[in-house]
Amino acid sequence: MTAGMLTGRMRVSTDTIFRLRELGIFAALMFCLLFFGVKANNFLTVTNWQDIGTDVAIVAAVAVGETMVVLTRNIDLSVGSIIGLTAYISSNTLQHHHHASLVVIALLAMGVGLLCGLGNGILVALGRIPAIIATLATLAIYRGILFEITNGQNVLASNLPQNFLNLSSRNFAGIPSLAWMAIVVAAFGAALLRWVPWARDFYAIGSNPDAARFTGIPVARRLVAAFMLSGLLAGLGGFMFAARFAGVDATSANGYEFLIVTAVVIGGVNVFGGSGTVLGAMLGAVLVATINDGFTLMRFSQFWQEFFQGAAIVVAVTVDAIMFRKLQDVLRRRRRPELANVGGRR
Amino acid sequence: MSDAPALVELRGISKSYGGVHALKDVSFAIRKASVHALVGENGAGKSTIVKTLTGVIHADEGQIVIDGEAASIPDPPAAYRLGILAMYQEPTVFQDLTVAENVFAGRHPRTRAGTVDWSTIRRRAKQLLGELGADFGPDRPVRGLGVADRQLLEIAKALSSEARLLIMDEPTAALSPPEVERLFDIVRGLKERGVSIVFISHRLEEVEAISDTVTILRDGTHVATRPTAGLPRSEMVQLMVGRSLDQLFPKEEAEIGDVVLRAEGLGRRGVFADVSFEIRRGEIVGLAGFVGAGRTEVARALFGIDRLDAGKVSIDGRGFRPRSPRKALRRGLAYLPEDRLTQGLIQPLSISTNTSLAVLPELTPLGFLRPRAERALARRFMEQLRIRAFGPSQVVRSLSGGNQQKVVLSKWLAAEPRILILDEPTHGVDVGTKADVHRTISHLAAQGLSILLISSELPEILGMSDRVLVMREGRLVAEIGRADATQERVVAAAAGIAEAA
Repeated sequence: MTAGMLTGRMRVSTDTIFRLRELGIFAALMFCLLFFGVKANNFLTVTNWQDIGTDVAIVAAVAVGETMVVLTRNIDLSVGSIIGLTAYISSNTLQHHHHASLVVIALLAMGVGLLCGLGNGILVALGRIPAIIATLATLAIYRGILFEITNGQNVLASNLPQNFLNLSSRNFAGIPSLAWMAIVVAAFGAALLRWVPWARDFYAIGSNPDAARFTGIPVARRLVAAFMLSGLLAGLGGFMFAARFAGVDATSANGYEFLIVTAVVIGGVNVFGGSGTVLGAMLGAVLVATINDGFTLMRFSQFWQEFFQGAAIVVAVTVDAIMFRKLQDVLRRRRRPELANVGGRR
Repeated sequence: MSDAPALVELRGISKSYGGVHALKDVSFAIRKASVHALVGENGAGKSTIVKTLTGVIHADEGQIVIDGEAASIPDPPAAYRLGILAMYQEPTVFQDLTVAENVFAGRHPRTRAGTVDWSTIRRRAKQLLGELGADFGPDRPVRGLGVADRQLLEIAKALSSEARLLIMDEPTAALSPPEVERLFDIVRGLKERGVSIVFISHRLEEVEAISDTVTILRDGTHVATRPTAGLPRSEMVQLMVGRSLDQLFPKEEAEIGDVVLRAEGLGRRGVFADVSFEIRRGEIVGLAGFVGAGRTEVARALFGIDRLDAGKVSIDGRGFRPRSPRKALRRGLAYLPEDRLTQGLIQPLSISTNTSLAVLPELTPLGFLRPRAERALARRFMEQLRIRAFGPSQVVRSLSGGNQQKVVLSKWLAAEPRILILDEPTHGVDVGTKADVHRTISHLAAQGLSILLISSELPEILGMSDRVLVMREGRLVAEIGRADATQERVVAAAAGIAEAA
């Protein structure tokens, strides 16, 4: 039974490669912890970690929705604008209605986000506009709407009710409340992708769009659903943003799409669709936030912070590409084991 | 058996593409619980029938009747709901998902709570794979499964749903003889369950072994539908071809000169090994073998698309290391890929733009393109290859498949190569175009070009080649001279069967 043993061993190696991705980010995270722990003052303190937790919460919650979109072989660049728009709507409503329930405000923000996502979904799934262009357009459109409704005004923290301002500074079991929200969202997202049939289709669509259509999956409807989820969670992110930064104006959350897509890509969600997990995206978000925090503590300039974020993307995508090629190589050899060692070992 | 009622009936189906008839008034019936073979040469209309039945394309005229009622099949999901499933030559699977999920993708079984029922998925997938005798488990990703295994997976998919008609398009093309036997056992099992099977194959002995009824197509018309038992193979061939081989392949005599390309011990890990051959000036060398034998892979490596792991290549006695298509072109090597629509042409651009792609530097002496020279070039090839179009400015997308193929050919000929690799040059083109392409190939060889011709059509290989190389499972297994090359010898070598004396 040498043949059986051979394939058995190879099977283990491919599974390892699939899992390595998340282990890799985890290792990078550990390295950062060690490095900053030694180099940066106050890095390994509870308050610093609560700060990181609050910072990462917004990016992480929105990255869950972005993961759904990227899994279908698309991208949502409009999330930053949706966060800004819903952050303003949340805080502006609260400054006029001090006694409004925060749950209602959060639902309002998510509702607006959902509509924005619906717009994206319609453009991509029914309008057949490539997602990168469609959401680039809505990035500008949603931001434009925000400029129109703020009319140059901004919401000041002093005009907001105290219970809203307290939201971001309160901890439960030592974990900031915003981080709790992100954890709940991530658990919800992971469960959705694992247990809900229509969300499971995201993987199939991203893996092979034509085969998905032939199999009878309603591809257009699923794409709209993915974009709506992304919008919905960006709306929640807007609510969290308003609670975190208190003051909101027309330029709030500008460029957040960069942080969110970075988290997803570094987290190993394949930009060509079909593979990736919420857990990976969360690890990616934490990694990015940790690097930012460490550099700030070490008083690195803005240049180096941005530089390393960019470099991290390049490293992550390169590692993905190399691992994918290795995987292809392993699988190719398995196809004709007797020809596996042509040209010597390498 | 032959009086079993019809499951699917085609009535007067016609379909044409840009004036070329793919199907002309085709009518026949597929009975319940039977294996119905569709045979005919490439371009006879088999795949058009498959596409009509699966809702990929719509017939211009005619009706499809299922269970005695007229049915409309507007799209693939509709065909799926009617219980019509097709297994294509290259199985369409989701590489990133596990085997088990592939079986149920798009219609996951659910628990009472409405969530995905993973335990049922795993259990049923395991059971189905067991019944089919698959030796891979339900939990591994599909990426990396071989063609035969992915076919089993497709069959498992069909079994898991309420398939009533399973269309198998060349399912045996990439299989070894024992795998074919196993597939046939499965097909017989399906038939016993009451499933009808449409079986498409070029290998007539397989058609005889497995089918109950044969429908023969030629040039888009229905020639005959008869019980397989009463139809000798020779008659089948006669009905399929309807003409003799000499008419089809007009080969010009060419003067064969010195060795132009020599390949020694070429290898690519896990794909092919020890491939050595040479091609002389004016010679057409056929490269035969089943799909998946490694022929295209050798061509791609020679042209510098994929990396070679072993071996040496020389052109005109000088060493050549294939590293990029650009380098290969500069050494006079050109490659006409198999999938012309995606790899060979820029669909939305004109004939002249496509023709000049490989020779742009020559047409742009001062950094500016000379449009008149570009059009003249295109016109020259349109005439030489008889490309049917309004003019050089016609967009390639609007041409028929055969004419598109000729445009790809002109693109490479414009580069004035000395060695031309043709990969399935007449795959899916009509008979008239095929003759044009053959005439051109033959003419080019007579002018001194060296040609490596990859083809799955034996008559084409036998009619055109001065020498036939046969590959099997990544190795070169036979070299047969023109005089000795017969259909039987080539097939025996490709299938790894010891030749009967």
